[in-house]
Amino acid sequence: MSKTSLHLPRLGRRGLLLGLSAMAVAGQARLALAQPAATPQEARLVVVLLRGALDGLAAVQAYGDADFAALRGPLALPEPGNEEGLLDLGGFFGLHPTLAQVHEMYRANQALIVHAAAGSYRTRSHFDAQDMLESGASERLSSGWLNRALEAIPDRPGADARTGLAVGLDMPLLLRGKVPVGMYASPRGGRPDPDLYARFADLAHDDPLLGPAVMEGLRARGFAADRLDDGLRKAGGFPSLCGIAGRLLADPAGPRVAALETGGWDTHSSQMSRLNYPLRQLDEGLGSLKAQLGSAWQHTAVLVMTEFGRTVRANGNQGTDHGTGGVAFLLGGAIAGGRVAADWPGLGAGKLLEDRDLQPTVDLREIAKGLLRDHLRLPATALEAAFPDSREVVPKGGLLAT
Amino acid sequence: MGHDAGMLPQGILAAIRFGLGPRPDQPVPADAVAWLKAQIRDPALPPPLPEGWERTPTAADGLAMLRQDQMNRAQPDYQTLVPAFYRLEAAALMQGSLTTAMPFRERLVLFWSNHLSVSVREGSVRALAGDYVRTAIRPHVTGRFEDMLVAAIRHPAMLYYLNQASSVGPNSPLGQRQRRGLNENLAREVLELHTLSPVSGYTQADVTEFARLLTGLRVETANEPLGSRFWPTAHEPGAKTILGQRFEEGPEQIDAALRWLARHEATHRHLALKLARHFVADAPPPAVIDRLFAVLWNSGGDLAAAAEALVDLPEAWDRPLAKLRTPQDFVLASMRILGAAPELAPMAVSGVASLNQAVWLAPAPIGWPDSAEGWLHPEGMIRRMELAYSLAGRFSRLNPNELVPIALGPLARQETIRAIKGAGSVRDGLTLLLASPEFQRR
Repeated sequence: MSKTSLHLPRLGRRGLLLGLSAMAVAGQARLALAQPAATPQEARLVVVLLRGALDGLAAVQAYGDADFAALRGPLALPEPGNEEGLLDLGGFFGLHPTLAQVHEMYRANQALIVHAAAGSYRTRSHFDAQDMLESGASERLSSGWLNRALEAIPDRPGADARTGLAVGLDMPLLLRGKVPVGMYASPRGGRPDPDLYARFADLAHDDPLLGPAVMEGLRARGFAADRLDDGLRKAGGFPSLCGIAGRLLADPAGPRVAALETGGWDTHSSQMSRLNYPLRQLDEGLGSLKAQLGSAWQHTAVLVMTEFGRTVRANGNQGTDHGTGGVAFLLGGAIAGGRVAADWPGLGAGKLLEDRDLQPTVDLREIAKGLLRDHLRLPATALEAAFPDSREVVPKGGLLAT
Repeated sequence: MGHDAGMLPQGILAAIRFGLGPRPDQPVPADAVAWLKAQIRDPALPPPLPEGWERTPTAADGLAMLRQDQMNRAQPDYQTLVPAFYRLEAAALMQGSLTTAMPFRERLVLFWSNHLSVSVREGSVRALAGDYVRTAIRPHVTGRFEDMLVAAIRHPAMLYYLNQASSVGPNSPLGQRQRRGLNENLAREVLELHTLSPVSGYTQADVTEFARLLTGLRVETANEPLGSRFWPTAHEPGAKTILGQRFEEGPEQIDAALRWLARHEATHRHLALKLARHFVADAPPPAVIDRLFAVLWNSGGDLAAAAEALVDLPEAWDRPLAKLRTPQDFVLASMRILGAAPELAPMAVSGVASLNQAVWLAPAPIGWPDSAEGWLHPEGMIRRMELAYSLAGRFSRLNPNELVPIALGPLARQETIRAIKGAGSVRDGLTLLLASPEFQRR
């Protein structure tokens, strides 16, 4: 049997679909597709998951609370204006000094800080909490709320990429689900010929489990290869992934909704020194996301959230254990920022949850639903699909600059 | 060679579901069930030594290296010992999996190491993970779960990884003098991940009490003998009550609590579920979990009995290819079918790292995912194919067509056989074999 007669027609059909024919003919040259018309949907939404539970009271310190210094002890940083002190957020809260670019955004009214926030659950298990945070439900679902929200976004004519994009080596539960989403991770090493990719695609195509993943992977590769220069693709780490996400999201025919994740937050010991690195990575990443988005930053909302906060008091090792209320950040040109939104529960006697955690006063679902409604302009039915059984959780208004 | 196209499916299933994938030089005997059970009943083979070692390194060796690196790191020309030692240990672990003639037993070692996961995300673990698997996991995979649990929790790798080594009873002499206190990380993860699991309904108060009980378990890093040690001065005084069970103070009570937890009904249910998920399907039938639970419960947590029960499960045989291979499974099976020599173990180490499952680098104490959804994503699938291509480049003298029946037997699809026959080069043919959907599963 001749391999070409078996093979080439299939490559033609599927290759076109995947952008592979262009890879096969012209390597990484630009795909020969018509320039798409400008889409009405300019809004970009980026969700950053901080896995491991960021200590909200370390990132955004309530130095104005009379009980803060005594409860936090060695974990409290000097107040704004002092050497190595907090960055001022308006007199009551201060931002960790590593978050300088976030502070810039705050001063430009592009950062809204939500304090004493938590998911709907009250577990102190990382794994259960992350599952529920990403599922958008009080139990682990097989799909994430962001993917279910994508169901309500119509296909954009002329778009080369899927609307949703996961950046990194893992597909977070947040973006898993029925709606296909793109994925990008920095490549390594020598690559097979495009022809071998096509044969591989043929072999996997009819497999119900692997087929869709392989096709999606090749499609994403085709798009990313076309849009990213090598300098950006080769670097690793969270800041460079943020830059890549920004570049891809900036493209008019590119994705609109992206998810990233970064770890290193589970600071059970020596928190003061251990937090510096992940905070700096986060700050650099958000700065690079903004820079690469360029003018699209104006239409962007970034939600940074974590599975829960940590204990208000230090544990026995100058660290903190798993807690409840924490902090979330909303960033971007689309955000009505320059303020801390908190119904502050206080830290004094009797005010902590179980005498250990910051009492949450805002449900992260209110924030997420507010963004879906006012930023992505999704209907109530879509919000309900994203966050099942949450009708009593009212989407938070006023998050967006109008 | 015992392989041809007519190889019994049972032999293939035994090799891929229970083992780590067939090797051309290790034909599965006709009685595959007996072959598997012999691996449980026969004495274990000693694992390979890290390269350059003439005796088995110990936790004390690891701690000495950590100490030496710590003391000398300011010296300009000092070569640190621990990073290199970690690479050798990782290669030794992969070498064992690549070459072992007892691949079912080795799979159990990997399974239990993942259940009681330690990760080099805590830097000191690099010096200790090899010993952890050798002394806390390996001897107990056909022993009692409670012995494995006690050995694992008391091992310096675990004490460092989950911060137990620095937890101090706040009312202990040390806690009073240094004003230090609890770190509840290990206590929580033992209850949540290693034993009961959250469905058992323990509370924050149980976690705190258990953390109080675990105080005193520390690591001696200054004076010989180096290793885990109980420091009475760091131990929280007084009795502790965990899920209604009272434990007095003292080191024996720590072991007593661990053994009590290991024998708990909820623990056996949790272990039964994890074993069923690993050996039957991502969503195993409840009847399978019940049967495994009954074996564990009736045997007091005998892991050899559980392993034999797995082999006796019809459900473990009647749904071939139900499991997606994890990246580690995929790399090991690929290199085994290529007949990789022991010296190539470092390729396995870099291979699993390139697929985001580096040796001893699980991102969180829950260990690596054990279901398709944890690994099945677009970029990951493309990377598997690219890794297959890079491995295949090292084995250009093999005949891919001859490997198909050994790798897949009757599970190979005609489409795959044809694609491999039609490949333009040996390298492409091997790549297509390893990247085929059938080979991605076990």
